[in-house]
Amino acid sequence: MINRLLSNDLPRSRLLAIILIGLFLALLFAPFLFPGVKALSIAAKVLIFLVLVASFDLLLGYTGIVSFAHTMFFGIGAYGIAIACSRLGPTWQAVAIGTVCALALSMLLALVISLFSLRVRAIFFAMITLAVATAFQTLASQLSSITGGEDGLNFKIPDVFSGGYLLMDEPFLGVMLSGRLICYYLLFFTALTLLLLMLRIVNSPFGRVLQAIRENEFRAEAIGYRVVIYRTVSSVLSAAFATLAGVMLAFWLRYNGPDTSLSFEIMLDVLLIVVIGGMGTIYGAAIGSALFVVAQGYLQYLLQIASGAASGLPWLAALLSPDRWLLWLGVLFVLSVYYFPTGIVGRLRTR
Amino acid sequence: MNESNKRIDLDWAPLTLVPLLAIAMLPAIGSGSTWLTLTVAGLAMGMIIFIIASGLTLVFGLMDVLNFGHGVFIALGAFVATSVLGAMGDWTGSQQLWRNLLAVFPAMVIAMLVAGAVGIVFERFFVRPVYGQHLKQILITMGGMIIGEELIKVIWGPQQIPLPMPEGMRGAILFGDAAIEKFRLLAVVIGLAGFAALTWTLTRTKIGLLVRAGVQDREMVESLGYRVKRLFVGVFVVGSALAGLGGVMWGMYQQSVIPQMGAQVNVLIFIVIIIGGLGSTGGALIGALLVGLMANYTGFLAPKVALFSNIALMAAILLWRPQGLYPIGNR
Repeated sequence: MINRLLSNDLPRSRLLAIILIGLFLALLFAPFLFPGVKALSIAAKVLIFLVLVASFDLLLGYTGIVSFAHTMFFGIGAYGIAIACSRLGPTWQAVAIGTVCALALSMLLALVISLFSLRVRAIFFAMITLAVATAFQTLASQLSSITGGEDGLNFKIPDVFSGGYLLMDEPFLGVMLSGRLICYYLLFFTALTLLLLMLRIVNSPFGRVLQAIRENEFRAEAIGYRVVIYRTVSSVLSAAFATLAGVMLAFWLRYNGPDTSLSFEIMLDVLLIVVIGGMGTIYGAAIGSALFVVAQGYLQYLLQIASGAASGLPWLAALLSPDRWLLWLGVLFVLSVYYFPTGIVGRLRTR
Repeated sequence: MNESNKRIDLDWAPLTLVPLLAIAMLPAIGSGSTWLTLTVAGLAMGMIIFIIASGLTLVFGLMDVLNFGHGVFIALGAFVATSVLGAMGDWTGSQQLWRNLLAVFPAMVIAMLVAGAVGIVFERFFVRPVYGQHLKQILITMGGMIIGEELIKVIWGPQQIPLPMPEGMRGAILFGDAAIEKFRLLAVVIGLAGFAALTWTLTRTKIGLLVRAGVQDREMVESLGYRVKRLFVGVFVVGSALAGLGGVMWGMYQQSVIPQMGAQVNVLIFIVIIIGGLGSTGGALIGALLVGLMANYTGFLAPKVALFSNIALMAAILLWRPQGLYPIGNR
């Protein structure tokens, strides 16, 4: 049963299995284990990043092509819900329409980009996605009549998910069963389903072909697989999953703006998580997201302390200022690509 | 090898694109004098972009290295120029053109030297360890780009810094009704000089011959006993220095510099080298001119879609020639 659920792709390492089970239980009981609004937000962010990063891994880790437009699809999903819910009101129809339209737009865009770039060389893909994503980000902040511009959109979602809605009047295990909790569990089961679905995809015959292309493109083509078509389908699938992650984000935040879903910093976060967690292992996305989202808050805090301690040396204090945390993220990223290319999961599996 | 590679005659079709685009836009813009102003501005911008893109495309052609961190050198050059010009206030403030030029010239030279020196470091730590691995190359050079941009913020601060043009270069020359800014003419002149120097080096010198041969077939050149890797470091450093020069000109063109300018220009030069064909300098020139013209025309006609118009241009050209205007060698 477990074997079938995980598509025969077991963790293959005792420690990895323990970590994964621990993570699963922690996220499942997060509202009861870590009470408080902030802790629940962090848990929800882990769930959202988990889907986003796993969908990126489908592209980077399994197909071996780099995309810089992943946050664009993430943003399309978030904007789909945001625009639909703020125009049509907080109804289920609005949510459905927003999701379907966002998915359609993302998949179409991914298809067009892939067909243009991948039919020549895979390296075009990285450059063209970067260009398209930049243009899209500019467009989203300029079309303020639709997207709310730099301010973004605040909107309401169906009433069941609002903090005012209570399932029971009495607290259950010390926690009020509010709409936020229902929303959290909706995200949890969506993330779990999507993760298992991606695991299914990468372990299907289709996924094996993707890995063959990653290892040796020329040989895969010689055996008779149309490399362009497989890569294109992979990029379209990956865009669809990223869009759903965006939908989850908008659902949780009930707000969306360019900085929350489209910014290049999120793209960098995703790249870093994939590398740290382990490229080409969907499980790496789960572990990496949890580790990163929790650590992210602390990195800025640590930098603040270090910067204060180094106040005698102005140049060192400037380097360690919390505003420069992207610098340290970049250094961490380069170092992990050099010295830690298989990531946490790869390390655990080869032990 | 197919037929066209044996003949040496010029592939003229891409050359007609630049005048075609300019003429096609004339009716859309309406007024002839506005068109002339925009066209000169577009050509000036195109020449600046070409100076930046030429290094990137050569590095790719020679060593199959795609440097996503190229933008760092653009921003670096521009920021060095602000410091140098800031220190030479009484020269830039002078009304006499020759004194202005004497101030701008060292700013450009120092910017090129600094960018070239940083290029050596960048090549050693971000490019050399990942030769031949495209995936890691993209990731590492992108990481280098972010680190570089943040270091610029540490040194010069994250805010926008004005880069005022020297007094003598401000203002415009009137051709009938069309106003043409003096700096744009200067940019065209420097761009043409850069192109001429590059073409001369590539076609008339031994080193240029080796670079071109290396772009065509690296292993063959290596087997003849030349150290292509050392040659490559040289090309990388020159490419970085050219990006620094382009950065100075871009900063003066925009009259201000921000640390993110590298990433912004990076997008444009990627479009340019894809249009031109990866590795081709002639293609990069045509691509740069097309992108410069397109950006200025659409900036005037429909500013919101300016960046998308360049992507549409690239898409159209890839439909016509999937490898870019001048595909290189056997890759």
